[in-house]
Parts: sequence; structure tokens; C-alpha cells
Amino acid sequence: MSAKQVIKITVNGRAFERLVEVRMTLADFIRQELDLTGTHLGCEHGVCGACTILVNGEAVRSCLMLAVQAGGARLETVEGLANGNELHPLQRAFNDHHALQCGFCTPGFLMTAVAVLKENPAPTREQAREAISGNICRCTGYQPIIDAVVQAALELRGSQREPSK
Amino acid sequence: METANRTTGPYIGAPIKRREDFRFITGRATFVDDIKLPNMLHAAVLRSPRAHARIHAIDTSKALKIPGVVKIFTFDDLGELAVPVPIRMYQLAGLERHLQPLLAHDKVRYVGEPVALAIAESRYLAEDALDAVEIEYEDLPAVVDVYEAMKNEILIDETAGTNIAAVHEFSIGDVDQAFREAEYIRREEFRVHRFTGNPLETRGFVAAFDSGKGELTVWGVTKLPHLNRQTIAAFLKMPERKLHFIENDVGGGFGIRGELYPEDFLIPFASVKLGQPVKWIEDRREHLMAANHSRENRCQLEVAARKDGTILAFRAMVYGDMGAYVRTHGGLVPCSTAALLTGPYRVPNYQAKIHLVVTNKTGLGTFRAPGRYESCFYRERMIELMAKDLAIEPVELRFKNLIRPEEIPYTVGVTRPGSAPTVLDSGNYPSALRRGLKEFEYEKLKPLQGQLKSGRYYGTGIACFVKNTGGLEPYEGARIVLGDRNDVAVYLSISMLGQGHETAMAQICADALGVPMDWITVYHGNTDTTPFGWGTFASRGTVMCGSAVHLAGQRLKQKLLSLAAEQIGVAADALELREGKIYRLSTEAVPLDLDEIVSRVRHSGTLNQGLPELEETAYFHSNQMTYSYGVHLAHVAVDAETGVMEVLKYLVVEDIGRAINPLLIHGQTVGSAVQGIGGTMLEELIYDGNGQLLTGSLMDYLLPTSTDVPDIGSVTLEEAPSPLNPLGVKGAGEGGIVGTGAALANALSNALAIYSIQVKSLPLTPDRIRAWISGRAC
Repeated sequence: MSAKQVIKITVNGRAFERLVEVRMTLADFIRQELDLTGTHLGCEHGVCGACTILVNGEAVRSCLMLAVQAGGARLETVEGLANGNELHPLQRAFNDHHALQCGFCTPGFLMTAVAVLKENPAPTREQAREAISGNICRCTGYQPIIDAVVQAALELRGSQREPSK
Repeated sequence: METANRTTGPYIGAPIKRREDFRFITGRATFVDDIKLPNMLHAAVLRSPRAHARIHAIDTSKALKIPGVVKIFTFDDLGELAVPVPIRMYQLAGLERHLQPLLAHDKVRYVGEPVALAIAESRYLAEDALDAVEIEYEDLPAVVDVYEAMKNEILIDETAGTNIAAVHEFSIGDVDQAFREAEYIRREEFRVHRFTGNPLETRGFVAAFDSGKGELTVWGVTKLPHLNRQTIAAFLKMPERKLHFIENDVGGGFGIRGELYPEDFLIPFASVKLGQPVKWIEDRREHLMAANHSRENRCQLEVAARKDGTILAFRAMVYGDMGAYVRTHGGLVPCSTAALLTGPYRVPNYQAKIHLVVTNKTGLGTFRAPGRYESCFYRERMIELMAKDLAIEPVELRFKNLIRPEEIPYTVGVTRPGSAPTVLDSGNYPSALRRGLKEFEYEKLKPLQGQLKSGRYYGTGIACFVKNTGGLEPYEGARIVLGDRNDVAVYLSISMLGQGHETAMAQICADALGVPMDWITVYHGNTDTTPFGWGTFASRGTVMCGSAVHLAGQRLKQKLLSLAAEQIGVAADALELREGKIYRLSTEAVPLDLDEIVSRVRHSGTLNQGLPELEETAYFHSNQMTYSYGVHLAHVAVDAETGVMEVLKYLVVEDIGRAINPLLIHGQTVGSAVQGIGGTMLEELIYDGNGQLLTGSLMDYLLPTSTDVPDIGSVTLEEAPSPLNPLGVKGAGEGGIVGTGAALANALSNALAIYSIQVKSLPLTPDRIRAWISGRAC
């Protein structure tokens, strides 16, 4: 039960080597061992998406993975999104559109959206709606989050062109 | 919505972007589970897997042998502190027989009831300990239905001798006479299901007892920091001032968070006993079975009217399913169902009798618009049924009975136990309905009612509402303190659960005081900075605390003008404070920087020696509630083969008197509408006949996601400022949810008219809709 294993892992560009209990989830590892508490736990069974991070560039629910499964992987969490105090376009867009109220789900939405925009840099509103449908927000009703994702996509493309409907 | 980063006033009324967002979007916010203290221990709660059983023995010996397990508390360990969780509102006589013990001893009464508390060096180890505790139960039959429970064949608490915990009734006018004279009478039975707020952050609590100082600091229980401190201080027999309730960031409230539950007593207790900090974080399964459930009640409603549709009387029997224990809200939910049942309509005679019944389920508490969502559904369904019977257009029937502006303020009568009469303070109800019909293009959608197109039936539904906001508890306070270099601190007596007080209250302060908004920092929810206060609930934050900020700002401005007047040698009323500068009204003289006054007072040693201090505290008192009002409109398409209903269009029109920040209000309205749509169409806490909760995960209890809801239309009106506070505001937190059940049920009934479906119970899930289509009673 308390078997331990050493893992090497890169988080937001920084390398870590830690001895971890094999039963520890990746989410708990990030939060408790690395003190990166921006990744949140809303359900711990893979439904709410609050714990979404990027593992080797792909959006993953860190509550459904064990830390030892992420050995050797490159992780990105919400803490690595801004460049110092310079916000990522998604972060700015969330503020512009009032896309957060309590803010608990926000890191998961942001990381999901980063992955979404890599895959589809020019989502329509409906595509953006579909793309975030695996994350739960209890406060905003989603509308402003969708608006924020579309705005950030525009900005990231460096274009003022409206996405095709 | 066009948003602003405004740098000059007036700030009230501007859709200013939130200033608190930065810490949340960068992952730097501090939620309770982010708090990590030296020597901190972790708790896990052992919960009953049985709905109704006697406890014969608890054996913790194996659990205690696990390395890293520190302690397992059971009822016997509580000793003289074994008090139950107290009722704090709506304490109807009889309810006190059904208080929840902190840990079960002789019996367990619902699935999820705390039986033991394990403390260990990590959460993982604490959960290992739970697995190793052995409990010998003797199962008893369970009762999960209100009507069954009222037969008293199975008693939840034998010493009470009945499952009817309390009965409350009231009567306004002469209901019997109205029914005798009525040309039309209809009686229906309605039911609203059990569901709850489900904030995305579950509950959590950190308590750190400092044995050196004999003081306790706690994080995590917000919403009512002062009342919670008072209750926990009384429990621990400690002076209140030795308890420090610190509000960290909070992942949503919705009524459920911040009430006191057994865990909120047990964690401080454990910290005091062990002399180390203790953290407890609820998981989602626990949340669904242990945190307050809400809504569930039944209503037998009778209406008496004239043939022309004029309502003469309502008679209501409300049956509230309280669960196994009556929690902190007492009888609030069922009583509030009855309190506003007449809504925005002229119902001169009204009688209600409320039964509060205990069952083998989780205790009931509030969820956004508690009781009002339920009663809006009952009333607006009845209006539709009446309209059909009397062959009157439902919209016309509503206009006929809506209270007219000239009748307002309108006294409904005493509808709440031990409270002043319900008085609707200001409003133009017909105007809000007209605006809703116009914005929604109701006339265009009406021909589609009940029509089949491309395999789906179309329907539109309307629900008019009023929602009490503000008041409830008598006051809130604000303290404004000036520092050097244009620094203004505002301390609120209330907490924040995501609403945006740090922005909205700064807007109010900036306008009242006459300084730029970016000078202001808002602090909230800390019992050390504001000694008195109540909390954030019932859409009262802006009404009560916003008014206190306004009063404190205005008074502080007067002080500053007096100081400046003395310095310049003119009368105070010849000066004006605007954007942080002091202007002479009659001359073009260069304005004086406010900071010059502040510096002089701070450093001249005259503080407290005749010169006014550089701070002001104000409390705003009100025993009356303000009533927001408006209309919900829903347009739906229903697939009769699958029972799937899609919401195509949804609009909320709400008059809130005065909008402080339209961006935040839009967010409240849209967010609460989506919560209501989800609650109406997806969510239900389902129990089987043995009292087992069948919806213990988010895979069974479905919360709405982005593809379940359309974009919500929101119109905020400011036609009727409240006369009850200096800002004219009404709360905006709940109007978006209150009419969702009603409007959707009306839309569905209209869509499926061909099947003669008249919805009388919620939720509107595909399986239930299918059952109604195949002929089962609604």
C-alpha cells in the first residue's frame, strides 16, 4: 500500500525528481508534493475537469492518473500559463468576458482551452461550446467562457478575422 | 457586453471588469485545500452506509494500529461537548426534537451520517483508517416518502413519537368565504424534487489551535463568518475573540456552503484535543450524501376565482421533506415555499399550512431561491391550468391578476413565522412582463405552440416572479480606513463566494467617498477586521453591505471636507471631494490633493485629539426586504420518441432597482438560469425504498454542461428603485433561477398539449417525459 517509487517529471519547464507513493494521484502529487495548488479537485472521478492539466501537450484529468504514470512526462499547469505577470491571451479573455465567478473551475477550463486551441486555432462559437463541454462550471452558465475562448483564439492567430460560421 | 477598465467616476452603473480575477486565472488563489500548515493532520469522516440502523458496537482497534493513524473519535470521545448542530433560522416549535448529533451513537438515520472521525498524517492514511473501523449495525426499515413518513409506522426518532417535526399555518383574509363565493375552484397536487447547489469546490475546513495562546484560527467556513464563529465559540466554551475566522477564496456557495454541519464542529474539536492543525476536505461523494440537500416538497394547491379569471384566494398545504435531521436553516425551505406562493399577483385571501416531516434522507437546507423556485412552479402551473379551464389566454390571465404599480407598496400579509408582514416594496410588474414578451418575440413563437416540426413538438412557457432580497438579518457593516499615498481600505462584514464584491463594493465606495476606484482595496470575511456582521445569502450582499459602504463613504467624505475646510479656512460646504481631489466650488483654485489632508492628520499627532479620525464605520440596518421581480420565458422543442427536451431560447427579465455593475449582474442572471435549467432537466437526488442514495457521483447526478443549455438572454431593468436603502438596489443573485422550473414546465406542457400532458411534478428528465407521453400520470 505504501510502496514508493522515484519519478522524474518536468512541470512548467522545471525538472523534479521525487520519491512518491505509487497510489498517489497525479493531482495530489502536483498539489501536495510540488505545492502547485492552482490545479483543483472538484470531483476526483474525472467528470468535472477542474484538475485538467497538459501531459505531453494533451489535456488530461490529473485526478484519474497516478503520479508514477506521469514519470518522464512534460506537464503544464495553470501556473505556467502566464509569462511572469504577462497574462496569456486566454487569461486576459477570461477577465474581459467575466468568464469566472468563484474561479474554482477556471484553471481546468484554461488548460482545456489551451489544448483545444492547439488542435483548432479557429473555433466557431459552437465548436468552442462543444470543446469545453467536458468541464463543469457552476457559476457562469458557460456563455462568457465560450466568448473568451473565441476571443483568445482570434488574438492567438493575430488576426481580426471573424471565424467562419 | 462591452466591459470597461474605468479610471474616472461615476463608477456605479459601469460594467467594470473584475479586479479579483488575477489570482484566479493565474492559479494563485487560496482555496481551503490550498492551506498547508506545519504539523498539520488530516481528517476523514466515517459515514453510515445504512439509511436506518441501530449501532451496537464500534471497534477502532485495527484502524489505530495502522502507522500514521493518530486518533479515531467516536461519539463517546465528545464527552460534555456532545451537543447537536443548532437551528439558527426558522426555529419552529418541535424541530428541536430532530437536531443532528455531531457523531451518531445509538442510531444512524441517513446514508452519509458521520459515525467516526479518523485523524492521520495524510488523507490517504485517514481513509485507510476508515476502511479498518468495524461497526456492528442492526438494520431498521427506512422511510423515504413524506406521506409514508406521516403515517408514523416507522419512526425516525422514537422519543419524538412522530415524524411530523412541526406544523406552521397562517391565514390572510377570509379564505373560506372566498371559496364559498367562487365561480371557479381547482385543486391540484404538485411536487418539486430533491436537488442541491453542488458548488464546484466541495466543503472543507482547516482548524489550527494555538495551545500557547489558547486561540483557534479556522479557514473554510464562510458565508456567515460571525455567526459561525459565535456558534463554534459557544460549542468550545471559548470567548469569541479567541476564535479567528479567516475567509480564504471560496469555490461557490449557492446556499449550501458556509452553513454549519457536524464536520465544522468536529474539526475544531479535533484540533483543540490534539493541539495540532487539522484539515478536512470533503470529496464529491460525501458532498452528495452529506451536505444539505434542498427543495423537495409537495404542495396541494387550491385556487378560487371568478369566471373572468380574477383570483380570489389560494389555499395551500405544503409538505416539506426535511430529511433525517433538521439542520441550521430550520423550517426555512418549506416555510419560504408558502411565504411567496402568491408571487406578483393580487391574491386577497391566502391560507397555508406547512408540514415539516422527517425521513431517512440527508438533511434539507437552502439552495439559491429556496422555496421560491418551488412556489413559482406551483403557482405558474396553476395559472396555466386555470387559463385552460377558463379559456383565457395565459398572458391575459397574468396581466389581469398582476399587482398594478399604483397598488405598490403592496402588503401581502404575515407569511413568515415570527416576521413582519410581507410588503412588496416597489415595482411595475406588468411592465416587466410586457418587456419580456417583446424581447422574446413571444407573438412570433406563439403560433408554434404544440406544433410538430421535423419530429419535435414546440412550446413556449412563461413564469412571473418576485424574489425577496436583502434584509433577513437586521444589519451589515463596512469600515473604510485611509492610509498614506492614496490608499483606501474597505473592510466588509460579509464574505464573498464568487460574486465579485471586491469590484462592486469598490465602485460604491469610490462614488460615495469621491476617490478613484483604483485607490481602493476591499477586504472581506475576516472576523478580526469587522467585529459584527451576518453574511452573504438571500441576495443581500449589495443591498445590506453595499448600503453600509455607501453610508461609511459619505460620512468619511464629510469628515475629510471638514478637515480640508479647516486647513484652507473656508466652510466645509464650499468644498467638494471628487476623484481624490478637494475642489473649491466657487473658485478655479488648484484643487488640494486628498493625501495632503491625510498626511497632516496622520502625522500631526492630533489623531483622537479633536480632529476626526481617518476612518469611518457604518452599519446599515433594515428589517424589511426588497423585492426584485420579473419574468422568465422559455422556448423548447421536445422529441416525443426519446423524451428529450431541448431549450432553444431562454430569457430572464429582472428589475433590480439599480444596477451597480451590469457585467456582474449579467453573470449572476445567466449563471443562475443555467443552474435552474440543469436542476429542472437533469438533476435529482434519488433514493431507493431502502433509503440508499442512488446518485452519489457526478456520473449519476448530472450537472449542466455547455452543450446542455443555450445562450441565456438577460434583461436587467431599473424601473423601480427600492425605497428601502440609500442606493435603491435589490439583490440580483436569485432572480435568474427562481422561474426556471415553472417556465420550462409550462413550455413542455404547451409543447405536448396533443398528449394532454400537464406537468405537475419535476424534474423534466427524458425518462419521465417519456412516461407521461405513454400515459402515466404527471
